[in-house]
Amino acid sequence: MENKSFVAQWVYTDTVKDHFMNPRNIWKDDEDFSADGTGEVGSLACGDQMRVGIKVKDGKISDLRWLTYGCASAIASTSMMSEMAIGMSLEDAYHLTPDMITSALGGLPEHKFHCSVLGDKALRAAIDDYLEKNGLPNPYKNSTAKILCECKGVTDVQIEELVKSGKCLTFEALSAETGCSTACGKCKNRIIEALEEFRHIYSK
Amino acid sequence: MSTIYMDNNATTQLAPQVASIMADNLALYGNASSMHELGRNAYSGIDWARKMCASLIDAEEDEIYFTSGASESNNTVFNTMRDIIDSGSVRDRIITTTVEHPSIMEEVKYLKEKGYKIDLAPVDATGMVKVDELEKMLGSDVLLVSVMTGNNETGTIQPVSQISALAHAAGAFMHSDATQAIGKIPVSVRDMDLDYLSMSAHKFYGPKGIGVLYARKGKALTPFVHGGHQEKGLRAGTYNNLGIIGMGEAARLAKEDIQKEHDHLWMLRERLRNGIEKNVPDVVINGNQEHCLPGTLNVSFPCAEGESILLYLDMEGIEVSTGSACATGSLEPSYVLLACGLDVELAHGSIRFSLGRYNTVSDVDTVIEKLPAIIKKVRSMSTRKV
Repeated sequence: MENKSFVAQWVYTDTVKDHFMNPRNIWKDDEDFSADGTGEVGSLACGDQMRVGIKVKDGKISDLRWLTYGCASAIASTSMMSEMAIGMSLEDAYHLTPDMITSALGGLPEHKFHCSVLGDKALRAAIDDYLEKNGLPNPYKNSTAKILCECKGVTDVQIEELVKSGKCLTFEALSAETGCSTACGKCKNRIIEALEEFRHIYSK
Repeated sequence: MSTIYMDNNATTQLAPQVASIMADNLALYGNASSMHELGRNAYSGIDWARKMCASLIDAEEDEIYFTSGASESNNTVFNTMRDIIDSGSVRDRIITTTVEHPSIMEEVKYLKEKGYKIDLAPVDATGMVKVDELEKMLGSDVLLVSVMTGNNETGTIQPVSQISALAHAAGAFMHSDATQAIGKIPVSVRDMDLDYLSMSAHKFYGPKGIGVLYARKGKALTPFVHGGHQEKGLRAGTYNNLGIIGMGEAARLAKEDIQKEHDHLWMLRERLRNGIEKNVPDVVINGNQEHCLPGTLNVSFPCAEGESILLYLDMEGIEVSTGSACATGSLEPSYVLLACGLDVELAHGSIRFSLGRYNTVSDVDTVIEKLPAIIKKVRSMSTRKV
């Protein structure tokens, strides 16, 4: 009779494992890395927090460092993001999506997907910070926006800003502030979903 | 790579003696309810196992009901209470605690949604039930008090005998989920004056899928599976001969070795605690350090996230568990640690080492040797700084 034994794969893909075991571009305590822009997102409430620092040269990200308080997939996705972003134009870097990072990692389990949305968000925050510090226009911010409420033209970026600043933390407050979901009302679930996601990311 | 298994509160390996008795009886396929010889042989195995389980917790044989494990035992106690309440009992309130196993917490949630009255007694910073608060919750409307013997995450041992006396003085039944305590500390249903107790074989080197519900003679029990005369008509279904016999042997060993087991686990645990405190800066030891299950050590590493620590340890062949949300797939870290008042970061950064019979001093020393570099690495890439 054949001897049948069961051996499982590791929790994540080999690429995730590689980035988890050997994370690239960590912002070490003793390294003198003076960033041109920095961004921080996430909260300890959900167990993930990320900080990204970038150097910019000729409109491109010439170097990047990061720190993460988080699980293996958060560490691996920030590390992967750092490799992808270095050398990219600010515009391309701004349009890096969680999907692109996750695909480069060979996929993440579904319940881990939210860990990877923080890496690209921290990168965008760092680019925003760089442009603002240098008095440069920010043409990217709205170009990445997705309209959630078609009747009133309310975007996810608007909602993100309102949640991040703490100005609107409920659906009712968002609706009163932006008018979203006051016409046909079909977007209500999308708005609530976005609200919950941003509350989760930005809750202190 | 050799594995160092320090997750014995999750489950334990089969004791060689248990594996051996199960292997010896693989061919014992008779239905223990049949009258012929093969059936009678199977029944005699079950009868012997029942004696061993009864003896382990100081119960009578006819107070032992075999179940699929402690989750079923816990559920059954609560379902019995529901039946009593539904039949119009003037006692219609249940008291339990904020740190029980999910098989009680989820049952509580379910029953509360249905409108049943259940109150949760709080715990102090060490995870110990605040007995004075629990006492204030007692009254002539309380039907059941359920408090676990020892906590699976923190290891904190609850003052069950003291609470039992209060519950009985108020006229309520007393249940304890002793799953984590069995085989590690002496558990006697007589000394603790319990009406109900739950346990699982696989937590003390027995097989999975088998457990016991103890119900004191004369105390109510609602049928948990309808359809047969087994277990006095309360739990139908053909007997799990092998599981039950394996549990019997595990119970026999647990009783025989209890003091040796306790001392071995406590020695290893204290060696591990001292080693971690000495070699890793800024650690927080969770749970009650005086009233503690001997093999459980729960440590928080500020500024480091638990799943990362767990997986770096796993890479070294060291197997532990964490209270971090990330490892469970939920967004909330351990409710037990939060109930102790631990802040969210410390709960996310908690690691539970649970030692067992087969761990050695050398296992502990290897962990003490590997852990500092791992914590240093995780902290070096953290946004949070110590």
